[in-house]
Amino acid sequence: MTKSITLTLKVWRQQDPQSRGRLETYEARDISTDMSFLEMLDVVNEQLTLEGREPIAFDHDCREGICGTCGAVVNGRPHGPEKGTTLCQLHMRHFSDGDTIVIEPWRARAFALIKDLAVDRGALDRLIRAGGYISANTGGAPDGNNILVPQETAELAMDAAACIGCGACVAACPNASAMLFVGAKVSHLALLPQGHPEAAARATAMVREMDRLGFGNCGNERECEAECPKEIKITNIARLNREFLKARFFSSVR
Amino acid sequence: MNWFVQTVTSSVGKKAMMAITGLGFCLFLAAHLAGNLTIYGGRQAFNAYADHLHSLEPLVKVAEFGLLFFAAVHVITGLVLFYQNFAARPSRYAVTSSAGGRSIGSRTMPYTGIFLLGFVLYHLLNFHFVDKTGTTIYDIVSGAFENPATVAVYVCAMIVAAIHVSHGFWSAFQTLGANHPKYMPLIRGVGLVFSLLVGLGFGLLPVYLLAVS
Repeated sequence: MTKSITLTLKVWRQQDPQSRGRLETYEARDISTDMSFLEMLDVVNEQLTLEGREPIAFDHDCREGICGTCGAVVNGRPHGPEKGTTLCQLHMRHFSDGDTIVIEPWRARAFALIKDLAVDRGALDRLIRAGGYISANTGGAPDGNNILVPQETAELAMDAAACIGCGACVAACPNASAMLFVGAKVSHLALLPQGHPEAAARATAMVREMDRLGFGNCGNERECEAECPKEIKITNIARLNREFLKARFFSSVR
Repeated sequence: MNWFVQTVTSSVGKKAMMAITGLGFCLFLAAHLAGNLTIYGGRQAFNAYADHLHSLEPLVKVAEFGLLFFAAVHVITGLVLFYQNFAARPSRYAVTSSAGGRSIGSRTMPYTGIFLLGFVLYHLLNFHFVDKTGTTIYDIVSGAFENPATVAVYVCAMIVAAIHVSHGFWSAFQTLGANHPKYMPLIRGVGLVFSLLVGLGFGLLPVYLLAVS
């Protein structure tokens, strides 16, 4: 049944990358428990705008949990406390009347803050550019089942490919490491025949780029796996480690 | 840069070095514990074990330098990782909360590691770099553990070692890419049992010696 709750928000406000940020307190009044977290922020922003104050900047796009654009750290948990959920799919029924909610942006050296809760996740795009692709000549479309892939392998590859690139793994990692993201990309392609020719170059280039971008090192803390909205497993990180060590010691890629 | 240097200085390479040296220490701990258990056999048994070990002198020297090399790699790489991981998040969260991934072991890895480095130096000064003329190793050891303060330090250190190993063991396999749906539960189980064996096996020895002194 729909009911209304009132919350105290402590939101990270920061004008630009250079200025100092701070947590500011707002009251979110009469929030319907059927609202999503982002709709709740919309209500707060409407109110701030009416009061002539600057609305809270946050990223969002599809609001269906599939695009990977939204995301903030809610009470210390990326995308909030629900498992396998993006922030836009987190509903206010999971909060109680009178709760205080602390909302912070993803924090990592590799994710520069743009404003308030919006951060620049271009580092993930640069990782993809380093090797998260396959090269194929265009031409006539090949027959559907020309290359056979066992169902189990296809499922494993699809599980890894479910990554929406939201960056919650980096935000959740105590070391701000991007190993789950890179592990998912390397796994998804390494598992499929189309990804094999470039597997060694890919693993090498992506790890190198990850280090260059200033992400931390994986400590197997498993927070990424627990917070990933697509529930991508750390077995993908183990596969990345395998692919990388195999590439470095047994391939001719320098 | 040389491909090998580039590999071992990469993030995955550094983790692999931690894993290999860490597993090396696990083997050493198992051998050290097996030897130390002869203390329960009394003065003769323990001294006989020590004499037998030292009769293999050249091998012991090789093992010692191997351990020293592993220790240097493990400590230096660990400190570099600790610094890099700290630097990877220049502005910290106001609120931090675990989703259940972290364990007491994983949470404290650098701190238990630094503590253990201090303990190993203290332990070597106590029993290794010590004048052994006119006495036996059993007398040195049992003499040291007549002091309850020394016993307390050792018991604490072994609890810390158990915590460090509880994360380190399975983590080393994961880092080397050995995460398999059939074997990972076993690896995690063995890691837990091994950390308990390290904690209890080594930790009870000083208590036993204090009790019989």
